[in-house]
Order: sequence, then structure tokens, then C-alpha cells
Amino acid sequence: MSSETPPTVSTSANSRPAGSGTPGEITTDQVAHLAGLARINLSPEEITKLTGELVAIVENVAKVTEVATPDVPATSHPIPLSNVYRPDVVGETLTQEQALSGAPDHDGSRFRVSAILGEEQ
Amino acid sequence: MSPEATRQHDLTRLSAADLASTLASREVSSLEVTEAHLDRIHAVDGDVRAFLHVAAEGARAAARAVDARRAAGETLGALAGVPIAIKDVLCTLDMPSTAGSRILQGWVPPYDATVVRKLRDADLIPLGKTNMDEFAMGSSTEHSAYGPTHNPWDLDRIPGGSGGGSAAAVAAFEAPLALGSDTGGSIRQPAAVTGSVGMKPTYGGVSRYGAIALASSLDQVGPVSRTVLDAALLHDVIGGHDPRDSTSLKDTWPSFAAAARAGQQNLSLKGLKVGVVTELGGDGFQAGVTQRFQEALELLTSAGAEVVEVSTPSFEYAIAAYYLILPAEASSNLAKFDSVRFGLRVNPTGGGTVEDVMSATREAGFGPEVKRRIILGTYALSAGYYDAYYGSAQKVRTLIQRDFARVFADVDVLVSPSAPTTAFKLGEKLDDPLSMYLNDLTTIPANLAGVPGISLPVGLAPEDGLPVGIQFMAPARADARLYSVGATLEALLEDRWGHTLLSQAPDLAPQEMFASEEGAV
Amino acid sequence: MNKAELMDYDRALELFEPVLGFEVHVELNTKTKMFSDAPNFFGGEPNTNVTPVDLGLPGSLPVVNEQAVKYSISLGLALGCSIAPSSRFARKNYFYPDLAKNYQISQFDEPIAFGGSVEVELPDGRLFTVPIERAHMEEDAGKLTHVGGATGRIQGAEYSLVDYNRAGVPLVEIVTDIIYGAEYDAPELAKAYVSTIRDIVVSLGISDAKMERGNLRCDANISLRRRTAPGEPPAKLGTRTETKNVNSLRSVERAIRYEIQRQAAILEGGGTIIQETRHWHEDTGQTSAGRPKSDADDYRYFPEPDLLPVEPSAELIEELRAALPEAPAIRRRRLKADWGFTDLEFQDVVNSGLLNEIIETTAAGASAQSARKWWTGEIARVANARGVDASTLVSPLHVSELVALVDAGTLTDRLARQVLEGVIEGEGTPDEVVASRGLAVVSDDGALIAAIDDALASQPDVLAKIRDGKVQAAGAVIGAVMKAMKGQADAARVRELVLERANA
Repeated sequence: MSSETPPTVSTSANSRPAGSGTPGEITTDQVAHLAGLARINLSPEEITKLTGELVAIVENVAKVTEVATPDVPATSHPIPLSNVYRPDVVGETLTQEQALSGAPDHDGSRFRVSAILGEEQ
Repeated sequence: MSPEATRQHDLTRLSAADLASTLASREVSSLEVTEAHLDRIHAVDGDVRAFLHVAAEGARAAARAVDARRAAGETLGALAGVPIAIKDVLCTLDMPSTAGSRILQGWVPPYDATVVRKLRDADLIPLGKTNMDEFAMGSSTEHSAYGPTHNPWDLDRIPGGSGGGSAAAVAAFEAPLALGSDTGGSIRQPAAVTGSVGMKPTYGGVSRYGAIALASSLDQVGPVSRTVLDAALLHDVIGGHDPRDSTSLKDTWPSFAAAARAGQQNLSLKGLKVGVVTELGGDGFQAGVTQRFQEALELLTSAGAEVVEVSTPSFEYAIAAYYLILPAEASSNLAKFDSVRFGLRVNPTGGGTVEDVMSATREAGFGPEVKRRIILGTYALSAGYYDAYYGSAQKVRTLIQRDFARVFADVDVLVSPSAPTTAFKLGEKLDDPLSMYLNDLTTIPANLAGVPGISLPVGLAPEDGLPVGIQFMAPARADARLYSVGATLEALLEDRWGHTLLSQAPDLAPQEMFASEEGAV
Repeated sequence: MNKAELMDYDRALELFEPVLGFEVHVELNTKTKMFSDAPNFFGGEPNTNVTPVDLGLPGSLPVVNEQAVKYSISLGLALGCSIAPSSRFARKNYFYPDLAKNYQISQFDEPIAFGGSVEVELPDGRLFTVPIERAHMEEDAGKLTHVGGATGRIQGAEYSLVDYNRAGVPLVEIVTDIIYGAEYDAPELAKAYVSTIRDIVVSLGISDAKMERGNLRCDANISLRRRTAPGEPPAKLGTRTETKNVNSLRSVERAIRYEIQRQAAILEGGGTIIQETRHWHEDTGQTSAGRPKSDADDYRYFPEPDLLPVEPSAELIEELRAALPEAPAIRRRRLKADWGFTDLEFQDVVNSGLLNEIIETTAAGASAQSARKWWTGEIARVANARGVDASTLVSPLHVSELVALVDAGTLTDRLARQVLEGVIEGEGTPDEVVASRGLAVVSDDGALIAAIDDALASQPDVLAKIRDGKVQAAGAVIGAVMKAMKGQADAARVRELVLERANA
């Protein structure tokens, strides 16, 4: 995102720079970045191995671009439905004990996590 | 074999439909049936490893309760008292639900999946949870964090995946019924390679609430069984609208069991037009698979069906689209495994930040295939790549739907082999993800389009003696048609063979097992 | 940046044009959450208003609250927006422990409402049109509590605790277009804009709209554009900052003013503005640097596969449009006439942001003038001294009860101020404070007469003057009596009685 971006709206994350990626071009740096986004620690060896595998997979799956012409609409749901709603009526909740039952750590009423250094988004 | 052992042996060999009528006539109790299956599990599962968790006490208690209610004269459901195995992808209140992953080891959900609640409401007896590829990613169950399941036909071979546990449990007579989930073939391909029956319903036909999501727009829960009628009976129990799943259809469904019974009784297929999908066969398919498939087509023709070839050119892009959509959705669906509310937590230094802990937990808790797909999905959704990959894949989905619509305007059902090969050897494709992915070639289009598909056995491949499956697909919402046609073909085949296919599977339980329990070695 | 380093505001405005943008989050007051049937209620015992959906448990699935959709459409219409015939939910993917699924269900490229505008009244009565880009539906996150360390803040904390009661509370995010032309009034415009949004959601009845409770939250984007000489091309837009945590109307105004002065000082000193989130600190009146915004923010938005498109029918939209309450701007004109306020009085009320409090106070029985007098007078004074919004101090019902006590002669204005203080301190209702503090006017003539007789007896010269008809001399006695009664007497009644007793 350019520093000249107009001061408005939450589009910082919304904008998708079009075409900045070339299909098939995957580097170890990129895989390391993706692993960071996905919150998975990977060793340098794993990154190297995964990079090779991803290059091969992406070469194969990139063929979707051959037929995905602008006139074809995207399908995100196999069976088209719309306006599926729930009435605004309170239902059953979990008990606090149930809510915390699977927690690796809690203080009796809240989930406990290590110190957070990053900030809220 | 002692009379008692024979009786137990027989109980595990019965179809769910036959067990249900035996139970209804009170010839046997649900407890006896349940014990027979628990014994069978005890005898063979050390080899097959279909189950991750066996809930023996829970099953006995449920069986006793059903027996008591039956004794009290209550009218019970069609499958009341019949045992069932549940794929570990489904949340169960009283059993761990791990989805085959280390990250969920020991996790007992505070709620039941809707389909599990429906099973309990219909008085089926949950025996336990079955093995699967981790988060249903795989075609062999080798990606389970808890070790692979073995194919009952040949213990050195894969039982298919991801629902290899459910298929193997049914094929090894450890359970008459099982629940599976099918995102790209995880019910149908295991059914094919184990000689069992597996049905992927129309997307939205069965609730996904409580099914640990792999790819939300592709996942569908469905029945696994040894006969088409049994699958239909189970589908009747688990199907229907669920207000907790927004994608659940509000349709009123016909009785699938009635459709299957009609198919069993009327063996004429006159008026049925069957389309053989050119793109889902031919080169690259094992010779014995093609041979048995062709023989099945001849049988359909001899029963009066008109069999024609149809072409669906966009299916060529189905695997590519699938391996973009699935990882993309999965990368997001699996983000919730972060060590905060449930599951594994790894804190390597003891003093890490929450970010360090999350990353270390996900490193330790996810297997290589899951990591591979999460990274691939993260890539496909990234800024700059979205349009080229995820966006294009969604367009291919439109093209595949159009191909289905075009051919279904002309034919009633489509057929293909359920899988390109019979069961491969354990380890054979483990280091070659692409080759593993290609195994889903035949089953993926149905998921992308949301149409129903069923796999049933059509014989053993001559070259390796392993089961071959045929897949039927129907338009969305025409699930009943698959049960009807499937039941007819099944009856025609069994008439020809003079037995069921699974009766030819090796008997895994040494008879001495039963004998030794009688103390008569 | 401390206050001394800031550029003088007038000087900043000479050199730069402030360019604004706002993101206001409105929590809807539906009965249940956005995507689950858990009660829409937080605070209280942690992790009790949660279902598997709110905890993001494996296998759980969201289902859209129909009421939240209707509220969102109504809000969109009230903002003058078009309602999308088809809008969709999307997943915004990022990891944070208050986000149960590690993605937020929001709307991305297909919001439910877009392209509107809101008329905002500046303190001088000038109207300013704020362009609205969009309003979209999303879900709130859980609540983190940082434990350990010196400050209870995120830095230096030993660990954090998470309560998911708030997770899934329905939100509408209202996003403005770029706002040019606010100029010198930028801080006032910001406050007036948020106040107008608050008025709108209150009039729609779709949110409790309490900023101090986080029902209404404002993120303010500010950048400065250097002015150019006439004839020269305009300068490029400056780098913006996004100030968060601005949780009162007063803070909105102060934060914008601060950021303008801070950015101007940096730019004029040859520095550059870093594109970042900044946090407003109510106590120090400053913003501090937060997370830099960068390419690393890759939220990987994609259509939420667990939810279906929202496609409201034209009939539904028209039905909701027909049910819209009077627009706040029009309503103001009507209220001014109904209340009979002068221009100045009404402007005072609008600027104080206390319109709704006065409406509610009059609805509870007080006269408009009394309500205005209390809210913009004593209550506003206390609020200002304490640095909080007046609406947080006392409820309109209590103010109307206070007014009633004055009208009935139970309290003098002076006593009423003491009662108000007690109410603000949480001592109870005005009646309870009157009782507990013993503040009522002494209306028992017997007690007064005794005091008067004492006073007259001790001041025989005054008594003589009164008897001679020099009535003004009574003042000295009245003063003594009021002192004896510790002020808790009605001076007029005392005067009456003094004359009566003196001439008896």
C-alpha cells in the first residue's frame, strides 16, 4: 500500500493489488511469509521441501486460469440459496464449565493465554 | 466354532436392514447385537485399525436402553438398536473427536453434531469413532496422526480415504453401518476400494453442523454400509433440514429406503438413460477397473437401460479447481486450532508470546499434509493471487456445473469408475502428493457441483483380486434415483455372483479366537 | 509528543488542509448475536453467553440473525444509502486470541448498504454533508484482559484472559468517504458526525449507543494536505493515521485536534507521517503509536462459504423505509419549535450533544426549559470537570425527578445541586438522596416560627423597624433564620412568616 493512500475507510486490507503475483513463482521467502500468516513454525528444511512441492502443485492447479474467462461468473455455493436467516430468539448456551472444558489453560472463568505483544486489529 | 460364536458371527454378517427386522421381531436383543460387534472389533481391529475410539460401555448402555423401551412396547425407529461407527470428524458429546489430528487429541466436544443427535434420537447404537486422514485430507488414511487403517481385503493396502476407518469397519464386519464425510470422495473412494457402499448426498441434504469442517462448500456427511438399502435407511435417519446449518436444504425428501426397495424389487431399468462420462475413464485407469466397470454397464444395458457416452470437457479442470478451493477454505477453517479454547498447546520456551505458542502448537499439532494444504490455501487467497487462483477456481466450478446441467438434460444418471485404481499399497504414494491428489479425479466433480454420488462394488479386479467400485451421479436433489438404480445393479450383480462381494473378503478373525474363549483349544 | 511540541492549531490550519475519514462501529441491540442464538449481552459472568458458534468450536456453523439484517437495512436507509439487492458475507482472516475462529465474518466487496450521506450541523449552525461510502454487517470480538505488568495494558503483561461473551455481538460498521472541506471545524465536525450517527441509531432504536460502553466506537482517519498557492496544482494527499479507542464525543473532538497539531508539527519539522494505528489516551489527551499498517496486512478475504447471500426484497426495503423515524436534522427543527428555545439555547443543546437526554427528561415529565437548564448547566459543568460525557453521570429520569422536587418546593436550586451531586455519586434516586442527606426544605412552620421568634427576640431593633413599616429591615432576620435552618428553608415562606410574627 502506498503511503499516498487517501485517508479513508478500511481499504488498507481491502485492496488487492491486481496481478502482482505471477502464477507458479514461489520462493522460500514467500513460503516463510505464508507460514507466518498461517501461524505455523517451519524449519528451513521444511520450507525448502514445501517450496518445491508447492511449485509442482501450483504448476498443475494454475491451469484453472486457462478457462476462467471474464464472462464466466464465479460459483461459491454448489446449490444456490439466499436469505437464510434465524429468528432473533435466544436459545440454549453452554455452561461456563462446558465452555472451558477443552481449554488448555483457564482461570476458572476465562481462557488464559500467554502475553500478547501484537496489537488488536 | 461354538454355536454361540456362530451366532455372534452371523449377527455381524447381517445387513442393517436384516438386523433391524431381527431386532424388531425380538429374536435378538440390541445388547446381543452390540456385544457381537464389540467382540468382532476386539478380534479384528488390532489388524484393521478402523477405530480410534471404541465406546463399549456407552454402546452397551444405549443398547440396554433400547431393549428396555422395546420390551415396554414402544414403537421404535427403523434402525433402532442397530450399531453404527462414526467418523471421527463428527462431534460427539461422550467420545473424543479428533478428526485424526494430534492437535485435537483427547478433545471431547461439549455438543453433538446434528447427525449424531439424529442417530441417538433414532436409537442407533454408536460403537465408537473411526480413523481418517487428518482433517479429512487424504485418500488413504495414512495421514491420520494415529497411524493408518488397513484394508480388510489386504492388510498391506490402503482402505481409501479420508474415511478409510468407516469403510474398513463396515467391510470388516465391525459395524453394519458407519457415517462418513465426503469433500472430494472421502466416502465413495474408500467404499470402492473396500467393496462397500458409500453415498455422498446432495450438498445441503445432510446437516454439516458438528462436522469438523475441511472445505465448507464441498463437505457433505453421508452413509457408509454394505448394501444400498442400508445406506438408504441411514440416509433417511440423518437427512433433512437443520436450522443450524445455513446451507441445509429445506426440501421434503422422499424415503430413500423406499427407493432402494423399489430398485431391489423391480430389476428392469427400461426407460433409464445412463451417461458414461468420457473424461472419467479410459487412459490411466487400471485395466481390471475398466473391465469390471464395462461389465457393469453391460448388465445395466441388459436390464433395459440405454447407455450412452457423454462428454464433460470442463471436468479436466476439476482437480485443479478442487486443489485451490479446498486448501483455501481449509486454511481458514483450520485457523481456529490455535491452542486457546480447545486442543493441544505447545509452549516450547515456557515464556513465549501467544503468537509463539500458536505457531509452535500448529507446527507440532498438524501433520505434513495439513501444513502443505494450509500453506497452499493461504497462498491462493493472498492479495495478488486471489483472482488468478481462488477466483478462477470458482469460475471453473461454474463451468463444471454447466457441464452437469447440459448432460443431465439428456441422461438420468451419470456413471464412472469410483476410483482409477484398486487399493494401492500403504506408503506407495505417501511421498508424492500430486499422485495422491489424482486419485480423486472421478469423485471430485460431484462435490464441486453439489450433486449426489454413490459408489457400490462391481466385482474384483482380475489382476489383483481387489474390489472395484462404480459411481453413479444424479442431478442435485435426485438422491433417491441413485438408491433405486444402485439397488437394482446390486441385485443384478449378486444374482449373477450368487453371493455378496464382501462375503468373499478374507475372514480376518481366526476361528481359534472364538474357540479359545470357549476354552476348547 | 508532549503538548509543547505540538503545532499551534491555527498555524497548522494555515499550512495544511485536514482530510478526514471515519469508521464508526455500532453494536446492534438485537436479542441474540449476529450468527448464534446466544443472548446479545456481555459483561456479567465471563463465558456464559456463548454457544459452540461463539467459541468457534470445531464443527460449529454460523446462521444470520434476521433482525440484525433488518436493523442494518434500516440504518443504511437512514444514512441515505442504497441497499444492495445482493450482498455477501466474507471472512477476514487474521489471528488474534479475542477472535474465536481467527477470522471475522464481515462484509467485503459486497456490503449491504452503500453510497449515502449524512447532514451534520456544526456548532455555528452551518450544515455539512458527510459522504457515506458504505455500511456493512460484521461480528464483534471477545474481550481481553491483560494481567500482570505495571499498567494492566498489553505491553508488559504476563498473560491475558479471554471472555467470549461479546464475541459475535452484531455490529454495523459505517465507513465515510474521504471528507474534504471541514477545515478549521474538523474537530467539531468529527464530534458532530459521531453525535449525529448516535442520534440516528437511537432514533431507530437499534443500538443502546453508549459510547462509554463501547456500543458506539469511532476510528478516526486523519491526514494533512499542504496548502498550495493559488494557481498551483493541489498537493498530494498526506499519509493518514487511524486513531482508535476514541470512546466519547469529547474525545473525538480532542483526538482530531491533537492529531492535526501533531502531524503538522512533524511535517513542518521535515519529518514524515508513518501510516499507522494510533491509540487515544483519554487521561493524557494524547495519541500513541500503535501497529504500523503495511503490506503484511493480508486478510485473505473470501466469500464466507458457510453463509448465503443476503438478498432483501424491494418490498422489505420499502417497508423498512416507510417505518423510518423522522431524520434527526428534521426532528431538531421540530423540537426547537416545540420547546420554544431561542436559537442560542437550542444551539447550546445541540453542541452539548445532549438532545436525547433532554428529550428523555421531558418525556419523564420535566419542562423543556428545566431539562435544558440542568443538562447544559450543572450536569455539563460536572461532566467537564471530570472529563466525561454528561450522559454518563445521571439518567434523564433522575433529572426529571429532581426538577419535580424543585417545582414542588421541596428543594431550592441550591439544595437541588447537592441532591444532584449525591445522585451522581451513586447514592440513589433524588428522593433517596434527599432522605439520606436530609436535604429537604424545612416546610414545618412550627420549626420556622421558633427560629424566627428567636431571631426577632435577639434583634429587638430590627423588630421595631419592621413594626414601623420598614419591611426591608426583615432581611437581617431572614438571613439569620436561613442560617439557623442551614439553608434548608424556602426564603419566601420565611419572609412571610417573619412579617407575620413581627406584626403579631
